[in-house]
Amino acid sequence: MPAAKAPTSLRRLFDEIGTVDQVGIEERVAKYTTRSLKKKSKVFGLRLAVSMVDLTTLEGKDTPGKVASLCQKALRPHDVGDTPPTAAVCVYPAMVKHAKKHVGGTSVKIASVATAFPSGQAPIKTRLAEVHAAVNDGADEIDMVINRGAFLSGEFGRMQDEIAAVVEACGKATLKVILEVSELETYDNIRAASFLAMRMIRPGDFIKTSTGKTSSNATLGNNQVMLEAIRDHFLDTGIPIAMKPAGGIRTAKQALHFLIAVKETLGDDWLNNRRYRFGASALLNDLVRQLEKERTGAYQAPWNFSEATEGY
Amino acid sequence: MPKTLSKTNPARELVFGDLWEYDPAPETADPKLKPRYDLFINGAFVSPRAGQYFATINPAHETKIADIALADAADVDAACKAAQKAFTKVWGKMPGKERGKYLYRIARLLQDHAREFAIAETLDGGKPIKESRDFDIPMAAAHFFYHAGWADKLEHLAPGRQIAPHGVVGQVIPWNFPLLMLAWKIAPALAAGNCVVLKPAETTSITALKFGEICQEAGLPNGVVNIVSGAGETGAEVIQHPLTTKVAFTGSTEVGKSIMRSLAGTDKKLTMELGGKAANIVFDDAPLDQAVEGIVNGIFFNQGHVCCAGSRLLVQESIADAVLAKLKRRIATLRVGDPMDKNTDLGAINSREQLTKISELVKSGVAEGAEKYDTGCKLPAKGFFFRPTIFTNVSMSHRIAREEIFGPVLSILTFRTPEEAIEKANNTPYGLSAGVWTDKGSRILKMSTLLKVGVVWANTYNKFDPTSPFGGYKESGFGREGGKQGLLDYLTLD
Repeated sequence: MPAAKAPTSLRRLFDEIGTVDQVGIEERVAKYTTRSLKKKSKVFGLRLAVSMVDLTTLEGKDTPGKVASLCQKALRPHDVGDTPPTAAVCVYPAMVKHAKKHVGGTSVKIASVATAFPSGQAPIKTRLAEVHAAVNDGADEIDMVINRGAFLSGEFGRMQDEIAAVVEACGKATLKVILEVSELETYDNIRAASFLAMRMIRPGDFIKTSTGKTSSNATLGNNQVMLEAIRDHFLDTGIPIAMKPAGGIRTAKQALHFLIAVKETLGDDWLNNRRYRFGASALLNDLVRQLEKERTGAYQAPWNFSEATEGY
Repeated sequence: MPKTLSKTNPARELVFGDLWEYDPAPETADPKLKPRYDLFINGAFVSPRAGQYFATINPAHETKIADIALADAADVDAACKAAQKAFTKVWGKMPGKERGKYLYRIARLLQDHAREFAIAETLDGGKPIKESRDFDIPMAAAHFFYHAGWADKLEHLAPGRQIAPHGVVGQVIPWNFPLLMLAWKIAPALAAGNCVVLKPAETTSITALKFGEICQEAGLPNGVVNIVSGAGETGAEVIQHPLTTKVAFTGSTEVGKSIMRSLAGTDKKLTMELGGKAANIVFDDAPLDQAVEGIVNGIFFNQGHVCCAGSRLLVQESIADAVLAKLKRRIATLRVGDPMDKNTDLGAINSREQLTKISELVKSGVAEGAEKYDTGCKLPAKGFFFRPTIFTNVSMSHRIAREEIFGPVLSILTFRTPEEAIEKANNTPYGLSAGVWTDKGSRILKMSTLLKVGVVWANTYNKFDPTSPFGGYKESGFGREGGKQGLLDYLTLD
């Protein structure tokens, strides 16, 4: 475990990692949306996206029954065709043991948000206990939130120490570190937080945009900032960090734009669900709908797609 | 050097392979082309008097697209007389408000026919369809919209002065942005009350002649716009014709000089937009990924066929390796190929002649000791294509650092201090544009006053707007296009 750094000023950190120009990066990502995917390449992208979905339900009204139907949907996104299963289901810690009954032993992983999701405003002891509980119940992956308060007040050491403690609590479970980009506000901050987090986590762990519980979530812009941070970190240290945009990606078209960003920024090694995920729920049925359209040549009625994930 | 930007360990390189290839995504709409294009004179398409035509080809496939009329002195004379008549009888007397209506109509019609024009532009010129679709055609329409707004407000251009149009304006435009350069020339000329005789470039006449169809559809009075296609001799006839009182030229510095010689002693008004060898200057505090994006956009936009292309990269020595590594990684993802494919980033070189010129200059770069790098990407078997190429170890005396290549070839030089950057950037006969990349606002302002160029882009490159004047210093020309300044060049002041 690398030792946590003493508090550094943001300015010094930027001298080290460089800054981001907002206008420039938004111009760059706009070009991804003009890429045109046809036929085989479209089907490949759609199937890839399905295999990358962390199918998510994070609501107060979640029940074992709702989680069961979520798991069935994750295992078999559509009843005809050969749609691959999703990468994981993502639930609250209390639901992990219920999910385990349905997807345990399959390729679908169980991800659990923890650390007082979404705000993270609980004592570190409580947060770590939550991680332990989720892991003990069988979670394969833990989605934690960073201490945004610590980051914004310049206590980088504290923020990193907490991440290190969660890494330890995870044991074998994969960790996803949620930066909650909308609360960091600027691209510079997102880049800085990405580096601070990446320096504390293990190869194959993730950085993740957001909780999905604030006003703005994953965008092509903040996705690009984080992809470029991952690239620079990888080229410098050899440590491959994975990426998960979450929240706000509802359509297949959006998902393909995000994947084009991955293809053109990080290349082929990140085009798999060990290195890239989508935190989403409604997205899955749109991907399946588009795949069915490619397969049959026509759009199917909405009732032909099972609703196991929408917010009802 | 920033820690995270240190030299790359080759074992840790990213893989931009073929795991997920984009399938061909060709634009297939009908450009509505005619097999033969006649001259557009006095509101009608007329055959050239000598009956001569020349072929225009698709540079991506080397196949013939259409026959284009070759205008000789008699045709140009007819066009100038038609323009003169239209000026004295109709256009020169028409209230600005009415002229504005025609310009608005042309702008809207260009938007209506945008797709058709974009495809025609790409077929004839070789530029990627995404550029003609997203840049050339919308910008051409924007220029007509902007100048349409000026037509009835000309007295506000120069308060207290008497302004008047010149009369007949002779215009000669290049092949790199055929329709857009036409719009840059015709829109302000018409808004100011002039009539026009325009000669498009020999290799890219189609959209100009299609613009004649737009003029007809807009009901523009006969003779206000005349398009005479042909080669250099036709252009010379336009420029030297006694009826053209104002001449506007965009093209090479060499031709510009010969035009100035030929017009010495006449009282024709001149504006010239000529060559460039722009410096794109990257300081060590710049946001590097966005700077690299700007470098790529600066030199590979339109295959580098851009007079203001950022063809000399001046990068601060301390970050030179990091920038080069990022640049190489970025251009590995550029897609070179069929211009009609929506995913193509670099299309075809405009003509065999231009391809030969680029190849020759690249050879000279190697021979003079600069280090050449290209992506090695596959090129189509037919057509005129050139790989994105960058040169390192370039010194100021190399031909590739001094001469305009007008192709996808970047020469990288380094500097240590801002003084040195300015010295090197200004050490060229050209002075069209420059780029400055830094996080420091005050440095941008200082650089912009010390760089002897017409346009300085700060933390961006190749940005255009109809409201913003564009033009050069030194051998890059004189006069401005766009904005109030550009419009004033089409008026006389008393």
